[in-house]
Amino acid sequence: MADTTTDVLDLIRKKLPPGKTELKMEDRLEDLGIDSLSTVELIFELEEKFNIQIPYNANDTEPEFQTVAEVVDAIKKLVDKKS
Amino acid sequence: MVHRVVVTGMGVVSPVGQTAESYWSSLTQGTCGIATATLADPEKLNQKVVAEVKNFDPLKHFEERMIPTLDRVSQFAVVAAREAIANAKISFDDPELSNRTATIIGTGAGGQITQEESYKRLFRENATRVYPLTIPKAMVNAPISQVSMYCGLRGPAFAVSSACASATHAIGLAFQMVRSGAVTCALTGGTEATITHGTIRGWEALRVMSPDLCRPFSKDRRGMIIGEGAAVIVLETLEHAQKRGAKILGEIVGFGMSADAKDITNPDEGGMIRAIKSALSDARLNPQDVQYINAHGTGTMANDVAETNAIKGAFGAHALKLAISSTKSMVGHALGAAGGLEMVACLMAVKDEIVPPTINYLGPDPACDLDYVPNEARKLKIDAAMSNSFAFGGLNAVMVVKRFS
Repeated sequence: MADTTTDVLDLIRKKLPPGKTELKMEDRLEDLGIDSLSTVELIFELEEKFNIQIPYNANDTEPEFQTVAEVVDAIKKLVDKKS
Repeated sequence: MVHRVVVTGMGVVSPVGQTAESYWSSLTQGTCGIATATLADPEKLNQKVVAEVKNFDPLKHFEERMIPTLDRVSQFAVVAAREAIANAKISFDDPELSNRTATIIGTGAGGQITQEESYKRLFRENATRVYPLTIPKAMVNAPISQVSMYCGLRGPAFAVSSACASATHAIGLAFQMVRSGAVTCALTGGTEATITHGTIRGWEALRVMSPDLCRPFSKDRRGMIIGEGAAVIVLETLEHAQKRGAKILGEIVGFGMSADAKDITNPDEGGMIRAIKSALSDARLNPQDVQYINAHGTGTMANDVAETNAIKGAFGAHALKLAISSTKSMVGHALGAAGGLEMVACLMAVKDEIVPPTINYLGPDPACDLDYVPNEARKLKIDAAMSNSFAFGGLNAVMVVKRFS
């Protein structure tokens, strides 16, 4: 399980704007400078990495995950469900 | 010499009607053309609904031996062009006129279905050869070439490709050529047929698709729906139309373009405002001269807010008095054909004094607070109407049409 968290954090870190590496669980993706296009790319990379399907519609006003912790949680649940 | 440019014919192939009249009648009745996909297998897709041209039968329009040479995108274009020519009661038998008639049609993707079928053969079925006309069938200019051949049009002819603004850019260029006297007539509009497994997968990946209906400007909207179809109109100089006693359906008076130069997907209201203002200035109209806008209105969170703000920015206080609707709520987003379908809606709205509605509207979104003519068509005398097209890649095109007088 720890591995999943590390892998998710690594993928999120790669989406940070140039020069940034700091990442806290309570950070919101938007505040980290991860815009909507980067979010969609991140979701694609997470789906590829873990071979899962993440339901996500960029038009939803309250997306299921907004913070780093919520992304990690959602991925863990989807990975669990798969196995 | 600058000429006045009038519209004398219209032809449409759409998800809610396969003639201009039936399309318009469906729009005024608020008919929704969105349904489960049949051109791609919905079982294998997350995105199951699209707006298809249902039961389109090429045999009704083409000799059987010619059908394999024509991608669906070209079939749509030729059918719409022929209808527009018949509607205009114009003949291009006179070589002089044929040489002075342009064919300028927009398409985002060209022969996408042909492309995908060939790849499937090659990469999935390991075939070692493809259909001989694969390249000339799939090329982006194929629909334009086919229209010129089927209709005998020998003047300037080329494709215009700017994604969702293709048709509006095409009509704008044709308008400028007729206005300047470079040509006497033009067949112009847009065509698109990209409902394929691969394309829908591509749209799914962008995460902007609605799972059920398209609800532009509405609260709880969840995105766009892919459509398809074609719309072609006949443009002529006023002199030429009057000389041959043509019935004039409307006048094109202004065209504006701009590029956001910002983001490949996110719309920018600044770019939209510049295109709208440029179209108004080209038309020599003031904001208060316009009564109706056929909006780009894709139904995505981002477009509808940016477009609302752009309309406010360009029209000022008059924005509140405008009737605005998105016919994409009914026919989906026909991408490179959208601007053509929407131009026909504008011309018909002016001619018949009816504003087509924005259907599937559930109630106001505080960020979209203009009059979107929700759910039901409205009687309204329109002297001037605007058609907005704002493409991915930040390419904006806006047309203004007027009642002919």
